[in-house]
Amino acid sequence: MNWDFKNAEELLRLCNKKDMPVSEVMIRREMQLGETRRKAIMDRIDANLRVMNTAVDKPISEPSRSMGGLLGGEAKKLNSLDESKAICGPAIHRAIINALAVAETNASMGVIVAAPTAGSAGVLPAVLLSMYESYDISIDAMRCGLINAGAIGYIITRNGSVAGAEAGCQAEVGSASAMAASAIVEMLGGTPEQCCHAASIALSNLLGLACDPVRGLVEVPCQTRNAIGAVGAYTAAELALAGVGPRIPLDEMIQITYDVGRALPESIRETAKGGCAVAPSLCAECSREAAWQKARAHL
Amino acid sequence: MANNYIGLFDVIGPVMVGPSSSHTSGAATIAWMARQIFSGTPVKAEFRLYGSFAETYKGHGTDRALIGGMLGYRSDDVRIRNAYMYARKNWLRVEFVADKETPVSHPNTVDIVITGEDGHTLLVRGESIGGGRVRIRRINEIEVDFNGEYSTMIIGHQDVTGTVAYITKCLAEESVNVATLKLFREEKGKKAFTVIETDGSISEELKEKILQYETITSVDLIEI
Repeated sequence: MNWDFKNAEELLRLCNKKDMPVSEVMIRREMQLGETRRKAIMDRIDANLRVMNTAVDKPISEPSRSMGGLLGGEAKKLNSLDESKAICGPAIHRAIINALAVAETNASMGVIVAAPTAGSAGVLPAVLLSMYESYDISIDAMRCGLINAGAIGYIITRNGSVAGAEAGCQAEVGSASAMAASAIVEMLGGTPEQCCHAASIALSNLLGLACDPVRGLVEVPCQTRNAIGAVGAYTAAELALAGVGPRIPLDEMIQITYDVGRALPESIRETAKGGCAVAPSLCAECSREAAWQKARAHL
Repeated sequence: MANNYIGLFDVIGPVMVGPSSSHTSGAATIAWMARQIFSGTPVKAEFRLYGSFAETYKGHGTDRALIGGMLGYRSDDVRIRNAYMYARKNWLRVEFVADKETPVSHPNTVDIVITGEDGHTLLVRGESIGGGRVRIRRINEIEVDFNGEYSTMIIGHQDVTGTVAYITKCLAEESVNVATLKLFREEKGKKAFTVIETDGSISEELKEKILQYETITSVDLIEI
């Protein structure tokens, strides 16, 4: 039995033939190609979940300034927002806090799980941990959610791109959002088709997203983009579970995203030469701060 | 990781100190590999940064990652954040040169010049090629190309007939399976490096045995 699959179509064929969820097919693939046991895979998944959990916790209790100095304390601020103003509802409110927190951990040289990249590392912990807190999800379901996300991420990596420099932020936060959307569907008992549908909707909703980091740092607007990646995952999962949204097969959507990514001007592919990176007010602040740092160095 | 497929943990991973897989994680790995190639204890490390590394190294903590790697820390080690302090504690002097002028073939390139207690130096050029993956492109004056995703043995020798035959004979006797073997040389008959990537790990005894051959000057191991 060959458990390898090259794209979403082959993944779905395996799922249907064996009557298995996406995560189970991905586990079998990993066992076969990696010549490893289920226990070893699960131990690593647990280790990754622990890293995600820690990356979420610290910025809420002890915020720290990022290396580039553009962010710090946002997750704590949102966490102490008056309940009457948390208009997104408890699950999404929690997801946004988690996303900001992981982005802060990342930007302040804490330990994160790149999923699929460091810049988009907030999306999956945001969704998985907020699902765990807000719904009656077992830890085992959360493990399966993460593995399911890995399957989608693998298909995108193989057939498209997860690099901002190559295909913009849609390749990073967009891919993470697609992975998380599919994970939510599986955690709520949806079918493999609905998983792929959710991933496809999530990608289409962030299609064309620029990668435009201010000063070239993984800080602004990356942090809030992680939040929207998580929220987009919830939206896409709900749409897919209800059977609505554009019916573009995931494989087609990955190709579309890749084509759009390569058509993006270079200025919005991680070069910090366009988009938010050249916002006049932010740039003014940057140069003021640079001048201040220069002055301080001479003291 | 060593096998040629995109696995679950290539996507859900690596676990790393942020903020950037290429500018932080990859930088730590390059320095870590350079440290493995260097024999003896380093007392000084000079980092020459090119391209994008030269532009944004401070905000990405590339400097701390490089120092951390030089101290033997892997890219998920939280000590990287305070690498300057650990460098002082370990009597390692560090120096950074941001070279924005010299053109390089890859935007994330660093040259590391390591000086040991006895004054001998080693130059290693590395490229961070994305997602935390790296390539070593130069050792001293010789162009090389390997990535450290396998157990790797780097053998410095004179480019003399019979040397590689001796090395492969030693490997066969210890039943080490070779994944790749590449010979890089300065010029015909002069200094060369043979870089061997293997499926299993390489023992110290095997290393000593290879080192006995008269034209072989150094053997260094990078164990994943």
